[in-house]
Amino acid sequence: MVNFDLSSEQKEIKEMAMKFAKNEMMPKAGEFDESGKMPMDILTKAWELGLVNTCIPPEFGGTGFTTLDSMIITEALAYGCLGMNTTLMANDLALLPIALGGNNEQKKRFLTPFTESYKIASFCLTEPGNGSDAAGLKTTIKEDGDHYVINGQKMWITNAGYADLFVIYCTTDPELKHKGISCIVLDDKNVAGLEIGAKEKKMGHRSSDTRAVTFTNVRIPKENLIGNLGDGWNLAKMTLDHSRPMVAASAVGGAQCALDHAVKYAKERVQFNKPIAGHQAIQLMIADMAMNVEASRLLVHKAAWLLDQGKSNTELASYAKAFAADKFMEVATDAVQIFGGYGYSNEYPVEKIMRDAKLIQIYEGTSQIQRLVIAKEIFSRS
Amino acid sequence: MNIFVCIKQVPDTETKITPNGDGTYIETSSIKWIMNPYDEFAVEQALLTKQANSGSTVTVVRVGGVKDTEALRTALAMGADDAILVESDDNLDSFMTAKALKGAIEKSGKTADVIFTGKQAIDDDCLQVPQLLAGMLNIPSVSVVVGCEEAGGAFTLKREVEGGALEVYEVKSPALIACNKGLNTPRYASLPGIMKAKRKPLAQHSLADVGVSDADRRVKYSNFQLPPEKPAGKKFEAMDEAVQASVVAEVVGLLRNEAKVI
Amino acid sequence: MAKVLVFTEVTSDNVKSVTYEILGKLAGNDVDVAAVGQVPAGAVSELAKYGAANVHSLKGDNLDKYSPEGYANALKEFIGNGGYDYVFAGSTSLAKDLFPRLSGMFDAGMASEVTNFTMDGGTFAGTRPLFAGKCLAKVEIEGPKPHFVTVRPNALGMPSSESPAAGNAADASVAAGEIRAAIKEIIKGASEKLDLTEANIIVSGGRAMKEASNFKILDELADAIGATVGASRAAVDSGYAPHSMQVGQTGKTVAPSLYIACGISGAIQHLAGMRTSKCIVAINTDPDAPIFTKADYGIVGDLFQIVPILTEELKKIM
Repeated sequence: MVNFDLSSEQKEIKEMAMKFAKNEMMPKAGEFDESGKMPMDILTKAWELGLVNTCIPPEFGGTGFTTLDSMIITEALAYGCLGMNTTLMANDLALLPIALGGNNEQKKRFLTPFTESYKIASFCLTEPGNGSDAAGLKTTIKEDGDHYVINGQKMWITNAGYADLFVIYCTTDPELKHKGISCIVLDDKNVAGLEIGAKEKKMGHRSSDTRAVTFTNVRIPKENLIGNLGDGWNLAKMTLDHSRPMVAASAVGGAQCALDHAVKYAKERVQFNKPIAGHQAIQLMIADMAMNVEASRLLVHKAAWLLDQGKSNTELASYAKAFAADKFMEVATDAVQIFGGYGYSNEYPVEKIMRDAKLIQIYEGTSQIQRLVIAKEIFSRS
Repeated sequence: MNIFVCIKQVPDTETKITPNGDGTYIETSSIKWIMNPYDEFAVEQALLTKQANSGSTVTVVRVGGVKDTEALRTALAMGADDAILVESDDNLDSFMTAKALKGAIEKSGKTADVIFTGKQAIDDDCLQVPQLLAGMLNIPSVSVVVGCEEAGGAFTLKREVEGGALEVYEVKSPALIACNKGLNTPRYASLPGIMKAKRKPLAQHSLADVGVSDADRRVKYSNFQLPPEKPAGKKFEAMDEAVQASVVAEVVGLLRNEAKVI
Repeated sequence: MAKVLVFTEVTSDNVKSVTYEILGKLAGNDVDVAAVGQVPAGAVSELAKYGAANVHSLKGDNLDKYSPEGYANALKEFIGNGGYDYVFAGSTSLAKDLFPRLSGMFDAGMASEVTNFTMDGGTFAGTRPLFAGKCLAKVEIEGPKPHFVTVRPNALGMPSSESPAAGNAADASVAAGEIRAAIKEIIKGASEKLDLTEANIIVSGGRAMKEASNFKILDELADAIGATVGASRAAVDSGYAPHSMQVGQTGKTVAPSLYIACGISGAIQHLAGMRTSKCIVAINTDPDAPIFTKADYGIVGDLFQIVPILTEELKKIM
């Protein structure tokens, strides 16, 4: 039967990650949200303590975490600050295709340097004209001697302004849709033809660097192709089985943080002669928020557990991502509501969390796409 | 150098403390346990001393319950080399704890060159174990240490006393140093450190193994209760110049005798 | 009735005041007082008024400065010869360090920092706080005698009546023995103020301060009681104080034993930063200011008149 307890080691991991989140990230979250700057000191410290790149296998210098361990860490970092977590989590999103589908030489060449100093990676899938319709991407990959040549434009690329490594999904022929998609690694940010756009101004996750990236005849050595031409779509799907629960875990962390703020405020704020925690309207809201956070967490943990058992988790990964993201948006909105007028002011931390929550419903597969994935899985069984 | 650190596991500072049903102790069922905060400074100083003296080892020792060994594992994850746990579920008093720690250190087979402890445990706030332990081992001790420099086993220590003054001590190892906040900045346990900690040696003994029995109890507690409720706030009119001096005098008197904060 | 020794420390012309608090509670027992060094004559007669049968000045080489081992060795000898049931002291920096080592030399038990005690039938029973004061418990000592007790200063209060005793002054010769940890020098208290987040006492100014230069009166109050000065957001936004002094939601969160809020209304953002202060004093001309609902002691008055009076009154008693 299933054991809902974390192992004592997982409890220590959680405790340490939460300590880092509360002491290092939370006090600075508002400041970096307002300035929009990259909090390099905090990110580097997180890396030094082993909180980053959790997907790298031990044979290549990684720590050897299970998928569930990674979820615990991500939840804690998101509790600290969603923007900073997005920056750190994006490394795993980019490195996962290499860890899952690269050969040993590639893993050594690309992954190991990330365990030796704090490096930053970008995962390039979305384009200005192709978001949810990812299989219709238009960035092309063409053979030219012992290189591939990449042409196209990517949009909403996290870390683009700072990345040492770009993992690019591109196609040999857009007409082939998913069958034409390949995945290749660009590890030379000074290569000719690579143009990084201006930093986007966003509603939330403002300390996270997001830009357009344009490739004009960018030449990449053939040995950087992950798998074979045409393997890209399967690699992407395998990656999403890991990364969707991870993003869902960040929604859980953010929602827990918003809930904790709301509970504390409700005990302190007095209206009509008693703390608002004593009024039913607030009690009912808090109860719903708490149930939804715990339910989200359980979905994330099951989706991760399935992978650790070597089982397929595609359906659960979508359940977790859709549910956790949607519930996070509700919880964050309710948290602002509980704070009332003060919640609307940036003097208090909940308005930032509400702005941050919105993105989780959009990136890594929109809540609508997740539902289509789920329905497809269900109907394909009968 | 053989470096030892003595740690205690205590309730988290945010935990709500309530006396148990029969007033013999507090309710412990839903307590979150942490490493005593002052002991974190001790662990850090032990690790810094190890780093400055190659070939040294840090052994962390704890007397307490078996069900939670997190504090020891945190110390190992921070970088200690091995750990010793003396199992005890009772609420031992300071005398028994010091005697158990002494027994555990002696049983390790290593002679302690220096022992670091926190200056007090935030559960019972007795501030006795460091000095008792040093006395039992017949070594000098300095407590409330906020500055520590070491070279070749000779320590220069700054001890904080009343009025913010500092007594500067010189002492050669072996010695016991009880650490205060401000001595250093305790490092985080790194995640790889946490994963490696489970492979580090953890020796376990009973109280009897280290020569401690009920006959060693010296202090008995009973009648645990919550402190009296704070009296309702008092408000004094002092817009009229004629009453200002007496109002202020009264408030100062209350601060000293009722609130006892000055 | 028990035979009790009260260990004290000599100040410039007296002994530490906690000694008198302890003597008051020991009335009716056979009590001696001892200090390392010369107890001033004036102190001897004061101690006699409150019950000291004998006042011993312990003298010997290497005892001019405190050392854990020197004082412990000196006292062990003296106590051993005296046949005491109990040894008391105020829980000063020195006694907190000395008494555990000393009690260990007798294999005896010690009750630390009691806030009250009784000596019914010559047997000690005390009350002490645990868990940073969140809980109180009764404490008793068993096993070999003498038993050791330290008492928190200001907890008992000065004795309300005298209980005169003989007050014989006598010197006693003691040996410091081997001292392995010795004081090389003493660095006087630093003049820099503690950081707000560490401060035990905080004095804060609000919008009513009217100008930055007016914070001078808060500095004077702070100097009188060893406090750190803070400010509300209103004062900082108006330029009366730098942001580093701000206490509140977007400033620092503080938890001192005493927080004195001067001309601060007590907006919820400010309360968020100081609500866990042990004791809150508020000074404000508006009797309906929200801060008064949180203050333990509220003074409805003009801070420019009240603060200087408060400074003088505190200087008198500190």
